[in-house]
Amino acid sequence: MSPLMIDRRKLFTRALAFGAVSTLPGCNFDHPNHPDIADQVLSAMSRWNDEAQGLLFDRHTLAPTFPASAITRPARFNAFYDISQAPQVNPATWQLALTGRVGNKTPLTLANLRAMKQQSQITRFVCVEGWRVVGQWSGVPLGLLLKSINADLNARYVSFHCADGYFTSIDMASALQPQTIFALDFNGAPLTAPFGAPVRLRIPTKLGYKNPKSIVALNVTNSFPGGYWENQGYNWFGGS
Amino acid sequence: MTQRPPSRVIHPWPLRLMHWLNAIAIIILIGSGWEIYNASPFLPFSFPPLVTIGGWLGAAIAWHLAAIWLLMLNGLCYLTWGIASGHFRRKFFPLSPRAVIQEVIQALKLHLSHQTGVYNAVQRLLYLGVIILGILAVLSGLAVWKPVQLWFLSDLFGGFFISRVVHFLVMTGIVLFLAVHLILVALVPKVLPPMITGGRLPESATPSTPMAE
Repeated sequence: MSPLMIDRRKLFTRALAFGAVSTLPGCNFDHPNHPDIADQVLSAMSRWNDEAQGLLFDRHTLAPTFPASAITRPARFNAFYDISQAPQVNPATWQLALTGRVGNKTPLTLANLRAMKQQSQITRFVCVEGWRVVGQWSGVPLGLLLKSINADLNARYVSFHCADGYFTSIDMASALQPQTIFALDFNGAPLTAPFGAPVRLRIPTKLGYKNPKSIVALNVTNSFPGGYWENQGYNWFGGS
Repeated sequence: MTQRPPSRVIHPWPLRLMHWLNAIAIIILIGSGWEIYNASPFLPFSFPPLVTIGGWLGAAIAWHLAAIWLLMLNGLCYLTWGIASGHFRRKFFPLSPRAVIQEVIQALKLHLSHQTGVYNAVQRLLYLGVIILGILAVLSGLAVWKPVQLWFLSDLFGGFFISRVVHFLVMTGIVLFLAVHLILVALVPKVLPPMITGGRLPESATPSTPMAE
């Protein structure tokens, strides 16, 4: 099992303890709802870094791909909960809700997604913590999916909600990057619960927390949607 | 009118300002960088939380990516000013390997004298070295931050993981420089006030090495 969860819990406990006893309270995003001046400066700088990354982003720059021999085995589980808590989604009844600036809001089924053109990639998954793994994912290019539901491709954001309550969002330029896919398969087999069954976003141009698992709703919007980790202080763009 | 003896400033104000801005940026970057390292250590140790900045990974990254702008903008000002004003040319050159070796030997025999306003060969080597380390720190940091968009930098350092290692090694080099820097200031404390006030050097004081100008 991944030591990650423990680390993260420890970090949070530490953050809370730090916030409680520190002589510099608040310089650490420990109370996202009560930002002090340091939090406000850091948030402003983080938004500035979002802009800088948006300018730096080139839709035609591809993330590196790897040979099958480079695939990390066993695959590494990572979430903000233990592997036993991974949401069990019934693939037969699963539907993808479509909201916001989308022409066709009829929910999509797994059969719908399977019927679309699939793309396979062996890419590197880089966690914000610094570790990285290589895996093979295949599924529907998000750009293709967005076009098929007649989404407003000039909208600013695409956001995702997950079966486990996780949520995140990405910029439209990254959504249309050719390697950004709605992954159905992982390492040659349908996704399993710990790795985001039945559908996850695989976006090799962004960090791990921008790759939501077990997606149940997609929203196209112009108002900033934020995200689970991003609202706690992680950089929103999170690009690689 | 009374004529004051002609004198010149040891450290001109742009240098002092940039020195202290750089100090703030470096401390934030090192402290938050240690916290970021702790999230996924690749060596068998972590930095004690007492000396890290941020308290948790998200905040450490926020500090790191905020302070880097201060370091980069201040560093660009410093490089531009250093070249344009002739500061680098006067202070760092000539730099001969022989002089460095001789002065290291002298220093080990505790014979190194401090001459205000003039850098000896060891100082020249250290200051030039830390500027190069600073540039390498920024480049390797960019390679870790953007291995996809800045793939050429990532490739230059040998890929994502090796970029992380290089970034870490460069940090270690800068920390070692800081240790030497602070020890020397502690040994010769009279050098500290001029970095705050500017200080005055009598014009009659002649440097041991001829000036290039």
